[in-house]
Amino acid sequence: MITFFETSLFFGVSISLIAYFIGVVIKRRVHLAILNPLLVAVVLVIIFINIFDIKYDTYNEGAKYLSYLLTPATVCLAVPLYEQLKLLRKNIKAVILGILSGILANILGIFFLSKLFGFTHELYVTLLPKSITTAIGMGVSSELGGIVTITVAAITITGILGNVIAEGVFKIFGIKEPVAKGLALGNSAHAVGTAKAMELGTIEGAMSSLAVAVAGLLTVLTASVFAQMM
Amino acid sequence: MRYLKQFTIILLISLVGEILKAVLPLPIPASVYGLIIMLICLCTKVIRINQIKDASLFLIEIMPVMFIPPAVGLSDAWPTLKPIFIPVFITVVVTTILVMVVTGRVTQFVIRRGGNNKQ
Repeated sequence: MITFFETSLFFGVSISLIAYFIGVVIKRRVHLAILNPLLVAVVLVIIFINIFDIKYDTYNEGAKYLSYLLTPATVCLAVPLYEQLKLLRKNIKAVILGILSGILANILGIFFLSKLFGFTHELYVTLLPKSITTAIGMGVSSELGGIVTITVAAITITGILGNVIAEGVFKIFGIKEPVAKGLALGNSAHAVGTAKAMELGTIEGAMSSLAVAVAGLLTVLTASVFAQMM
Repeated sequence: MRYLKQFTIILLISLVGEILKAVLPLPIPASVYGLIIMLICLCTKVIRINQIKDASLFLIEIMPVMFIPPAVGLSDAWPTLKPIFIPVFITVVVTTILVMVVTGRVTQFVIRRGGNNKQ
């Protein structure tokens, strides 16, 4: 049976999709933010491959075709963005200030917590790109001399966390404007946050995609400056 | 054929994104170049929205499942992460909430203030 998994092309995809649907069903029955379909699916797959002692590479042999679609899907985020261009122009000042303040909050937050925990320079630059999309974050981290594996882990945890807590955070902090919700999700939790923003609405989704692209590009341009802070 | 045409356009733009990534020396992924090119093509009407809309909405809808494989890969990074997990996790949690709240509140503040001025 195990050898079959090692050669199967559809095992990884199937198990991921089934796990996701279990997550969707649970979400429908129990309305708890922590029971987020993505999080449930990830936990279920990890448990499953550990029980059957299947290596990640074996699982990923098939599952990687799901991630293959990530680039075309990101390209498609231009569609909601294009449809909301009028709204973007109307709120351009709020959008720019919102994204910039969020990026600044991220850097200062990581800086002070790194000081507090006594992180090394290496770990500080490893965590700096944690709120931007994985592909950009990896590049920034390696360029600054960070530990790329940990950057990827931090980015992934950030994304899933942002996806899970967003609705609660918006409620507690009284964030009601769709534009504000979208930018907040994209800025804090990159593409995984955008997936949540898309569920909330098209305006949220469009603004979130915008924040992912802008925050990613700005981080590329500024990270080396902020890396000198510590 | 409709979907095939739409997917062809989307994948072609992804390819152009990949080419730019290979040519330009910046740590920007193909997907972000692609997003920008697609937006430019839509704005300049080189591509009309209905030429890609159905396939786009499909891909966006299934986006969450695309994150499952890399997230499962976290279990492979666990040995490196384990010794520093707690402080790193606290940093991630605190800054994610911080960025979300600051971005959201600042945006909302500017939008609402702007709205009041016009009235």
